[in-house]
Amino acid sequence: MSSVSILALVSPESSSAVAYAESESISAVTPRRHLVPTLRIRPTKGWAALNLRELWSYRDLLWILVERSIKVAHKQTALGVAWVALQPLIAAIILAVIFGHVAGLPSDGAPYLLFVFCGLTAWNYFSQAMQRASNSLVNNAQLVSKVYFPKMLIPLSHIFAALIDFSVMLIMLFIFMAVYRVPPTLRLAALPGFLFLMAMAATGVALWFSALSVRYRDCNYALPFFAQIWMYASPVVYPMSIVSPRWQPLFALNPAVGFIEGFRWAILGRGALTLPVLCLTIIMSLLALFSGAFFFRRVERDFADII
Amino acid sequence: MSDIALSAENLSKSFKIAHERNGLVGHRTLYDDLVSLPRRLVARLRRTGKSTSETFWALKDVSLEIEKGEVVGIIGPNGAGKSTLLKILTRITEPTSGTADIYGRVGALLEVGTGFHPDLTGRENVFMNGAILGMSRTEIKSKFDEIVAFAEIEKFLDTPVKRYSSGMYVRLAFAVAAHLEPEILLVDEVLAVGDAGFQKKCLGKMDEVSHREGRTVLFVSHNMAAIRSLCGRALLLQSGRMSFLGETDTAIEQYLRGKRVNGSDFYSDEIINKLEILNIRGERSISFGAGESITISAILSPPYPLYHPRLGFGILNSYSERLTTLHTDFQLKNGWKLDSETQVRVHWRDCKLCPGTYKLMAALYDANQKVRVWDDLATITIEASDYFLTGKLPKTGPQGWFLSDAEWEMTSPRGV
Repeated sequence: MSSVSILALVSPESSSAVAYAESESISAVTPRRHLVPTLRIRPTKGWAALNLRELWSYRDLLWILVERSIKVAHKQTALGVAWVALQPLIAAIILAVIFGHVAGLPSDGAPYLLFVFCGLTAWNYFSQAMQRASNSLVNNAQLVSKVYFPKMLIPLSHIFAALIDFSVMLIMLFIFMAVYRVPPTLRLAALPGFLFLMAMAATGVALWFSALSVRYRDCNYALPFFAQIWMYASPVVYPMSIVSPRWQPLFALNPAVGFIEGFRWAILGRGALTLPVLCLTIIMSLLALFSGAFFFRRVERDFADII
Repeated sequence: MSDIALSAENLSKSFKIAHERNGLVGHRTLYDDLVSLPRRLVARLRRTGKSTSETFWALKDVSLEIEKGEVVGIIGPNGAGKSTLLKILTRITEPTSGTADIYGRVGALLEVGTGFHPDLTGRENVFMNGAILGMSRTEIKSKFDEIVAFAEIEKFLDTPVKRYSSGMYVRLAFAVAAHLEPEILLVDEVLAVGDAGFQKKCLGKMDEVSHREGRTVLFVSHNMAAIRSLCGRALLLQSGRMSFLGETDTAIEQYLRGKRVNGSDFYSDEIINKLEILNIRGERSISFGAGESITISAILSPPYPLYHPRLGFGILNSYSERLTTLHTDFQLKNGWKLDSETQVRVHWRDCKLCPGTYKLMAALYDANQKVRVWDDLATITIEASDYFLTGKLPKTGPQGWFLSDAEWEMTSPRGV
């Protein structure tokens, strides 16, 4: 632990000294075995270690939190999990009509509906995971202020829980592929890799947002707009190939570019994913993850006091 | 034998209270912070250090050592730092300075039902809550039946807890926490909820945990009866500082005395303009001999005219049990009304309370409409006196609450 202890303040008017003198003199007489404490509580300052070991020791709780958010998501709805399929389907059709038919955006030669649904599958996971995880701390304020556990588990649990929605969309995507007679290729094997990248980036952003939202509730309002703007800044409704090559390096700084294009590459077998773009995406995702995690750890200690 | 379970040294916790703007600490907006950023940077560079916020010590220099198997009560008025202390010891919040060493696994019950999700069933919530409190899945499984039996909710196990009555909810939550098996159990004011029967059950469970299983318990409560019956020692906190640590009875006594209206003081608010307790000579006092007469005098100014006023003064013992009531309902013959400032005096002839400390409460109603209830107006001390004229002084506590006029007769059964 990188905890630094501060010298205890000795106040001149320490009223405890008088009342305490008695019990101290008793303890001086009785021999005591001084063992090594299981835990030492002291103030910490500055940056804290990630403490992954503790995180691991709480894995049971992580799974239970994941289970909880999955179970709770569709309680008391008549259609239940069907919403998970219905929502993106309707969104994809709307986008296909507006951008595919009316605006006539290109789709790298793939059927536009399939093209946009593929992008949405990737984007929805990223955006859902990020948004739900970002709001999670404030939504669980009671948990944060009443029990001790690594708080990172709360946003993390939503990153995992969003996988359920993702798998439903993935199955639908496979159905779309069959309908449009797009044969699956070996490239599908790369899918988990891209998923992992998305999860990393979403976790990183969510850790920033969730930690910030404990102090600044503004985040909750800003997040939906932020996500929407981000979506249009990412190649969801248009292919990366329409961005002029001059701007592509700048464009690829957005990690969503890499994994959405990567997704299309793995499923449709087309797209403009290049090795430099992929590397940039990996770097940006890692950067988001680690900066988010360290920032989170730094401010975590004040959560219970200000939430 | 006397291993330490927990030791704390100069534990302190401070909060900043902002005086600028609305004074809302936790709800600054990003905009506010960005706008004030240049100013704060300049201030930091200049090292003026003159901040607009004030430091408030929720806990200051608390040092204590608790042995394994001890049950220690933590008492004190609201805002004394009791919960803050428990929150630090459970690592929910960090101390500002000082250290604490913990020897063993800590389990805490700071609020009943933390982490319960209304949409999940009782069964699901048991697992959920257990995991949050630090139990592993296998541990919960092995205790599941015991927990359900303790909570008495077998029939509703698969009902979402939002459909539970509040009593069932509390029972289930306490049951989970009570079956945690930590070496050190920290409990905050859980007995404030639940019915009398369940409270008794909870106390029994805590007693079992501490005395039979030898676990260390730190127990915050306003229920002095519970503190007295469970705890070997008690810590009295006042405005964040330790004001006493030791014998439970002494701590309770000190706490109750700390709360009383001073002898030279009188109570006052917008309805009771002036409340005084007078002795037989008409002097303001809070200490009376057993059997003495007590006069409670109050100047009342009603918030609106009361045409059917009902005023009562209640006397409570240190367990907060009502011992007796002086009430206009049954001690006042004629009707009265309270439509303007009125001086009310009630003479309590020969107050036969046993020596000890008692609390005075009051309630004002208009017909059945509550106007106001005062839970704690003053503390009255009854000193031992030679009430029976036997030269022997009546004692506090086990002898009951009231002195009774009784005559003893001893004769030979074969006599006249």
